[in-house]
Amino acid sequence: MKIRLFAIFFLFVALALAPHAHARPDVQRVISPGGIEAWLVEDHANPIIAVSFSFRGGTALDPNGKEGLADMVSALLDEGAGDIDSEGFQRRLEDLSISLRFEAGLDTFGGRLQTLTDNRDEVFGLLSLAVTKPRFDEEPVSRIRSQILANLRMAEEDPDKVASETLFAKLFPGHPYGRRAEGTAESVAGLHIEDMKGFVARRLARDNLIVGVVGDIKAEDLGPLLDRTFGGLPQKAAAWNTPDIKANADGKLTVVSKAVPQSAIVFAQPGLKRKDPDFYAAYVMNYVLGGGSFASRLYKQIREERGLAYSVYSYLYPMDHAALLTGGAGTANARVGETLSVLRDEWRKMAEKGVTAEELADAKTYLTGSFPLRFDSSLSIARILVGMQEDDLGIDFLDRRNDMIEAVTLEQVNRVAKTLLDPSKLSIVVVGEPEGVETGK
Amino acid sequence: MTSAFRLLLAAFAVLAFALVSFPGGVRAAVFNPETFTLSNGMQVVVVTNRRMPVVTHMVWYKVGAADEPQGHSGIAHFLEHLMFKGTESLPNGAFSRIVARNGGQENAFTSSDYTAYFQNVARDRLELVMGMEADRMTNLSLTREVIEPERQVILEERRQRVDNDPYAQLSEHMSAALYLNHPYRTPVIGWAAEVERLSLEDIVGFYKSWYAPNNAILVVSGDITAAELRPMAEKTYGVIPPGPKMERARPPEPPHNGSRRVSVSDQKVRQPAWNRMYLAPSYTAGEVEHAYALQVLEQILGGATGRLYRSLVVEGKQAVSAGAGYSPERLDLTSFGFYASPRPGVEMETIEKAVESEIASLLADGVTGNEVARAKTSLIAGAVYARDNYRTGARVLGSALASGQTVSDVEAWPTRIGAVTVEQVNAAARAVFNEKYSVTGLLLPAGKKS
Repeated sequence: MKIRLFAIFFLFVALALAPHAHARPDVQRVISPGGIEAWLVEDHANPIIAVSFSFRGGTALDPNGKEGLADMVSALLDEGAGDIDSEGFQRRLEDLSISLRFEAGLDTFGGRLQTLTDNRDEVFGLLSLAVTKPRFDEEPVSRIRSQILANLRMAEEDPDKVASETLFAKLFPGHPYGRRAEGTAESVAGLHIEDMKGFVARRLARDNLIVGVVGDIKAEDLGPLLDRTFGGLPQKAAAWNTPDIKANADGKLTVVSKAVPQSAIVFAQPGLKRKDPDFYAAYVMNYVLGGGSFASRLYKQIREERGLAYSVYSYLYPMDHAALLTGGAGTANARVGETLSVLRDEWRKMAEKGVTAEELADAKTYLTGSFPLRFDSSLSIARILVGMQEDDLGIDFLDRRNDMIEAVTLEQVNRVAKTLLDPSKLSIVVVGEPEGVETGK
Repeated sequence: MTSAFRLLLAAFAVLAFALVSFPGGVRAAVFNPETFTLSNGMQVVVVTNRRMPVVTHMVWYKVGAADEPQGHSGIAHFLEHLMFKGTESLPNGAFSRIVARNGGQENAFTSSDYTAYFQNVARDRLELVMGMEADRMTNLSLTREVIEPERQVILEERRQRVDNDPYAQLSEHMSAALYLNHPYRTPVIGWAAEVERLSLEDIVGFYKSWYAPNNAILVVSGDITAAELRPMAEKTYGVIPPGPKMERARPPEPPHNGSRRVSVSDQKVRQPAWNRMYLAPSYTAGEVEHAYALQVLEQILGGATGRLYRSLVVEGKQAVSAGAGYSPERLDLTSFGFYASPRPGVEMETIEKAVESEIASLLADGVTGNEVARAKTSLIAGAVYARDNYRTGARVLGSALASGQTVSDVEAWPTRIGAVTVEQVNAAARAVFNEKYSVTGLLLPAGKKS
């Protein structure tokens, strides 16, 4: 009854505030004269344009022995392109107040750009050069390599990073997902300029490109700009074939010994793919388990009641070729045993008893009510537009998403909790000097 | 550039004092805020952004870790955690449950100069969260049973942020060495031994002294105007009686007559780091006329194509990263910092000499007109981006006002940056880069000595 009242109230407010009260952005599909597609949200309130883009295929496609290639390329695309050398390129970005970043993900290679409207044409020109004609000159290559190697040395001593790398190596043995995305000291040392040029030629193409644009640009202006920016890319990316893999979640506990006062804990068991019909039921279930920051059971039991950790969380991690339900916590070495026992209890309790009707109702009002908060900046909306295309959610996804959450029933959530959650498959890695734990269990 | 950026962030964490700060480039813009004051003295600021029917609602208290009684470090932050525990009308975590149930996101943060609480909510839930935030301003109800588990949470937070991380330990040691007397020498999260001893009475006393409408600022940004907010503000916060007027009287910093050096050696350090901090004026303390010029100087020295990166990383090839950092938004004296991290095989001495030679040539030859012009353009353009996110205006204005600035200071920021001259930048550099006012900090692998 309460919910209905809120709904009526909300409608009233929406009417009172029209035309501003769209609870979600209006997404347009723009197809350039040359056939390049982008999803666009126009917003002329500020003279800013934000672009997010990605190419399907990420670090998982790095050849064996060349681990870290995609990551290194992502750090070098803005270090000189076309006739402009590294310093010149960086100076243009700085002088035009452009933020341009590339990043290599597991399944996609992408980037984002933010510019003032006045500099639009020059900025898109720089982006075009970066993705079609990067130089990979010797000086920036050697400099960026030294930075990546420094990062790798630092990561070796970061308990959280060591924990998640160890976990992924155990879950995905022999599969690209089990490797370190940034590579190893050996593989990074062995990356050649030819490898990088080959990466750009094979991986960045029009048929695996996804674009989202938000801000001060009209659809009719974006079309030609897309052609000028991405039209120089090859038509097709090289074919690839990454096998699907079922996570090797054997429920074992692995300890990596490191002299730190607080142990880093990460855990995972198999999850659900984004396209799984039960995905939303699992999503709602995970909100109750460990997804809702101050509202979840793990937060309440591990942090609030017992003071065992500052941060504890879980989340669904669907990838293109595997899926996990994963999470983490950090606790003093002496209290790791107790923390893990509460974690396993909560896992079991959720599997056996599921959620209550009240928890389900609370999860739904949070997940639907907080949805508009995601559209906080032009760049975050652009990123959402790309995510929708990467996951094939449809251009009307933003209109349908809350209905899909609302449609989840108690019976569905509890069935998914029962079939998905399995404490005997909850693999755990602890990095530190934990007490009260038995390894290999 | 991605990797360089990542490394830069890691190194910058060594220099940062506060748990939350804004990078210089996003510092401010013309937000066109509206302001009014409630009859109990509570200042109200509104920034309208109509993109979505949502708002961010923040209450900033003009009290932070630097206002704690000596020997009781960590109270301000401990209290921030306890503010979520409940009041008589909303006991046992009801606050967070109601926020979440209404689709809201919330959190809080503490720095040396302020403590802030916020909720991001749909516009039609604003009055609800305002009512709850007003309730906990004066009606917090705490028991010993509630604070004990939270004390453990805070000690875990400290382990996670500091004890597990030698970079953060160096940062703590450098701050403690930079300030001889001022409480900025104490970490915001507190020293573990003092956090362990804080009593319920200590915390409640601090709360009763400082949490009152006349020591708080309400900032709301998003789909709202001052005219729309005012009746709600009067109904919720406006009915709370004012507390006594609080003065933030902090022990002053004496003159410095000697430079200091600290080093942290740890087996977890695989990538050493070199840092230097100079005591420096802020917007509101010391020789404040230098603050804007120092921001321009920070950009000239520390930007992506700045002097340090160019000289140590690109040309000299001694370092994997190098840069500068300056945050003028502090109530009392702040610092201007340099950092660099060596390539393998390069001695720390070499790095130190390279940075010092950059400082020496800056002092001898000054900056160029072109450098100043480029830095100013870049900083000012950055301010336009600050209008994009509906939350940014609230963050920027709230922290500025809680750190002793005014709304018109924030609005004038692009103009004041634009007015900085070559001579002012050179004068600021000469005023600040004096060895007597400096601390040099080294992060070294175990077994290495400075």
